[in-house]
Amino acid sequence: MDLTPLANADLRSTPLRRDHCTLSDWSTACAALEAGKLTLLALWGEAAAVRMALLDEGAGRIGVLTLPAETAFPSVGRHHPPAQRLERAVADLWGLAPAGAPDARPWLGHTAPYPFLPVEGDSLHQVPVGPVHAGIIEPGHFRFTAQGETVVRLEERLGYVHKGIEALMTGAGLARGAELAGRTSGDSCVAYQWAFAQAAEAALACPAPPRAQHIRAVLAELERLANHLGDIGAICNDAAFAMMLAQCSILRERLLRATDLAFGHRMGKDVIAPGGVTRDLTPDGVAALEAALAEVAGRLPRLVALYDGTASLQDRTVGTGRLSPDLARQFGAGGFVGRASGRSFDTRRALPYAPYDALAFAVATRDGGCVNARVWVRFDEVQESLGLLSQLLASLPGGPVRTDLLPARATEGAEGIGLVEGFRGDVFVHLALGPDGRIARCHLRDPSWFQWPLLEAAIEGNIIADFPLCNKSFNCSYSGHDL
Amino acid sequence: MRKFLLQGLMSRPLTEPAPLPGDPAVEELGRALQARLRGRLGRSLTIRAVDAGSCNGCELEIHALANPFYDLERFGLHFAASPRHADVLLVTGPVTRNMAEALRRTYTATPDPKWVVAAGDCARDGGCFAGSPAILGGVAAVVPVDLHVPGCPPSPTALLQGLLALLDRAATRA
Repeated sequence: MDLTPLANADLRSTPLRRDHCTLSDWSTACAALEAGKLTLLALWGEAAAVRMALLDEGAGRIGVLTLPAETAFPSVGRHHPPAQRLERAVADLWGLAPAGAPDARPWLGHTAPYPFLPVEGDSLHQVPVGPVHAGIIEPGHFRFTAQGETVVRLEERLGYVHKGIEALMTGAGLARGAELAGRTSGDSCVAYQWAFAQAAEAALACPAPPRAQHIRAVLAELERLANHLGDIGAICNDAAFAMMLAQCSILRERLLRATDLAFGHRMGKDVIAPGGVTRDLTPDGVAALEAALAEVAGRLPRLVALYDGTASLQDRTVGTGRLSPDLARQFGAGGFVGRASGRSFDTRRALPYAPYDALAFAVATRDGGCVNARVWVRFDEVQESLGLLSQLLASLPGGPVRTDLLPARATEGAEGIGLVEGFRGDVFVHLALGPDGRIARCHLRDPSWFQWPLLEAAIEGNIIADFPLCNKSFNCSYSGHDL
Repeated sequence: MRKFLLQGLMSRPLTEPAPLPGDPAVEELGRALQARLRGRLGRSLTIRAVDAGSCNGCELEIHALANPFYDLERFGLHFAASPRHADVLLVTGPVTRNMAEALRRTYTATPDPKWVVAAGDCARDGGCFAGSPAILGGVAAVVPVDLHVPGCPPSPTALLQGLLALLDRAATRA
């Protein structure tokens, strides 16, 4: 299968070619996905076309197919289950029906009563949970079917926080697009704004200056650290081990305060913009960050020892919510979900972008596939991020932090791709600019699209009481998914 | 684990007399809050958080209220798992079409007297999502709002200050 020729080196700096593909190309791609030769990166609709981004992991290449479609297109999900929810969203948002799809129910649209999948068997009962949950988390509905205490099926229903982000993007300027991208998934605002900026810079063939790239990576690693520490604490807290939550939340707060001092916002929101960053890092900012990072580095070994040495905690996490390596690979699961089940894909390494191509770090991988493995991947990544941050802060290049983006040269507009490793996995952005420089179409694909379905698989055979633990260890985004 | 417990006993708490240097003393804020709370609601105010469509940024800062620096519970404020146990609904996000019914039902399930705090810029008028056909607007588009805490997301200190202002209003209304 010949993918649109995009070598990894120019992926984020070259405008994307928009060639229509034939039905035969489309079905060849479906067959390659089904055979496991390609990984589905994204599938989205636009006016009169459906598009699919594919990843060839072996060759480190990405291709985008564009199939003209007026009312329907051949279903990909029929051959490759990871595409099913994406297709249902395309049908909801663009009215393009996936022909031959195994599941024709709406996904993001909630206008009609929703038929859950039928369940048959002895002594089954159902437990509906949500959309308003007991904890302080995002809304979604979980329909558990249990036999005694054991979950025999979990069915998720999402879309509750659908805000129409992509529709708001259409016709907007780049600054407004960056604002919306930063509010797609609040815990990943840096990753989204970076991916959006990459896509804009690729479309206009106008890379950000080196100092801006470095500052972006500082922000991205701070975001990863803060979220991983929050997650480790919250996972342990869901196993009633509150001490870890308290300890981790201290470190998380220190990092947020240092980020606030250095960048003027506790989560680094709106610092990354197309063309560079809006705020330079001052020596005072660097000092604040270094102080907070030194505290995290100093306390981390004790937290690792606390987790490793508490048998009652591990009793809850080891072997719980196991995700098989085969499923992780089939779904192209990113982040700690994939890496805890042996899929070592990390776009910072597999399809590197500046400044990661010049930094030393290891991709943390485990093969247990359980809650415990997902905790360890986070601990390992905290360690790696600390290493990355000390390299980044020690090697900040000089020069400007922002460049003026030149308007698209081609009269028909330009397209670009962004792909950034957020704390949860790879955030994919496809951006099409019109000839007037405004956004013609922007698609944002959260890593959760390929992780949510796996949570349904991982919980099977576990008890309902372990669901919060499994769910937190996946920590999928609702807002990033619902758009 | 023993080391952590011993250290906790031997060292001073991290909870800050004034968490943010230069900020209008949060401790004072806490004391004022506590005085009003005791007058009005005994020793506690129970909050139920509802995400009506937020990006999850506000939830992260609401979580931070529980960390040892802000230690929300020292003021008698705590979060409940059910609206039926709540005095205050802390609602985040623009209200999406798909969450409107759930928010209405949560409001109905909360016993009187009750207050609604809309947290975050989106909760005021939809924020950067205003105008999208997928949302109904701010929180006030669906349930009556007593107070709004601005910010994207509001900082934990801003959230605390908001709760104090709410109590002022509750006291004058009573």
